[in-house]
Amino acid sequence: MAHAGTLDIRHLSKQYAVKGETLPVLDDISLSIEPGEFVSIVGTSGCGKSTLLRLVIGLEGDYQGEILLDGQRIVGTSLDRGIVFQEHRLFPWLTAEQNIALGLLNAPGTEVSKRKAVQEHIELVGLKGFEKAFPHQLSGGMSQRVAIARALVNRPEVLLLDEPFGALDAMTRTYLQGELERIWQAEGITAILVTHDVEEAVVLGDRVIVMEPRPGRIKRIVDVPLARSRDRSAADFVSIKDDVMKEFGHSVSPPSKGVLQPPRARSRQPQLLAANFAR
Amino acid sequence: MPRIIDQADGRDWRGAAVPLAVLAVWWIVTTLGWVNTRLIVPPLGVLKTAASVLTQADFYRGVLASLVRDLSGFAIGAIAGIAVGALMGVSRWSNRVIGPTFHTLRQISLFAWLPLLSSWLDTGDRSKIVFIALSAFYPVVLGAFEGVRGVSRAQAEVARIYVFTRRQTLLRLILPAAAPQILTGLRLGLIYAWIATIGSEFLLANYGDGLGNIVFKGRANFNIELIIAGMLVIGLIGYAFNRLADLLEARSLRWRKA
Repeated sequence: MAHAGTLDIRHLSKQYAVKGETLPVLDDISLSIEPGEFVSIVGTSGCGKSTLLRLVIGLEGDYQGEILLDGQRIVGTSLDRGIVFQEHRLFPWLTAEQNIALGLLNAPGTEVSKRKAVQEHIELVGLKGFEKAFPHQLSGGMSQRVAIARALVNRPEVLLLDEPFGALDAMTRTYLQGELERIWQAEGITAILVTHDVEEAVVLGDRVIVMEPRPGRIKRIVDVPLARSRDRSAADFVSIKDDVMKEFGHSVSPPSKGVLQPPRARSRQPQLLAANFAR
Repeated sequence: MPRIIDQADGRDWRGAAVPLAVLAVWWIVTTLGWVNTRLIVPPLGVLKTAASVLTQADFYRGVLASLVRDLSGFAIGAIAGIAVGALMGVSRWSNRVIGPTFHTLRQISLFAWLPLLSSWLDTGDRSKIVFIALSAFYPVVLGAFEGVRGVSRAQAEVARIYVFTRRQTLLRLILPAAAPQILTGLRLGLIYAWIATIGSEFLLANYGDGLGNIVFKGRANFNIELIIAGMLVIGLIGYAFNRLADLLEARSLRWRKA
């Protein structure tokens, strides 16, 4: 079982420079996450929740405040933090097991132990028999399972999930939420889930962090002291869900020109590859 | 890039219709004497010439010489092309530095290089191979550049998350992601190289070995049958190269959706 990390975020602020102007994205975020805890973060688009994850995984830097994993300031990306995005981001030229093995490329261990870890994680995400399938042969839900296995195979201390089921149909989403809960329990890992689906946040989170936009701040933290697996129709579940929903009712403002999005729109970026070589 | 894929077993005979029709018309007009048969020679004559050429060791020496030239030049041009194209695609800085020169040089017709090459390197194999390499170089650079530049930001981030080294980023992300366009460039390079091989044998003629020289000798002796037989062999070898490229491409891009 992986060592579960303690994540400490202290007075974290982040700005983007857009056309010479400084736009605040995150403003004074402080959050302490216990080892093995499952924290959900909900908020409307533009509240900076994805940016928060991108800072924790280390894809973005240049922030004020501190992000500490087990007391150590995080620097760049590292195998101690895994992430699953909304898109599976599998390499289409690799099979499912080769994609998962990418997570172990720079991890310690022998070839034999790595092969074993890949096989275990294929079984963990329920894809036995699909080892040799290419991504285009897999459904969206199966691809996302491969992505989860890839993120977990090197035993990170923290698993970050950026709207991982946002692109899936409702039935697959519900099913994978249950699978994720099982996997999280089996691995005993610290998990942070960013979502705009309140029910998903309440089903999975020990706590639900409600964020509000412009600039992104924590509005409220709601505890979910319900036993797992949670019954979505139980009265106490519904009342917590309504409680979180209520926070939303007021902060949902009509989209304006100033909606903040991470600058991810450009798909072709040579300088980005240069960043890959700049280490 | 969608391409029309042959049927799985490759046995689609519809492609034979046009050559057969041409052959029929050719046979009819020469047999009925509608044309000057000294210029438009009968197909049977070509067949006879081809059959006799095929028994001569000279012919095989020529084909071998052309193929060695072609593949040497192609290999040099392709390797240099992938390197330069990938460099321009990975680094905006090198694209700024190399790009304008590359795109200007590209405008010079390949055949305009021949006087310079023959002045510098004489008309032997060296100048021919350089010419062939140059012909293959341009399309390969363009393919590699487009492919590398098209590596998505999302995939580049995956490489950073799993802390790929530079070497890993190149070998496990950039080259495989760019493979479809690189292969398209290589395929074009292969065609250009073959055209350049025959072209160089005509234009840098030194009466050495080579398929082009065989055809050229036919011209000198006004042997139209030999010219046409040579052209057919040139075309068939080019076609074989293309089929080979098809097979390699299908094999290495198995991961793509059909």
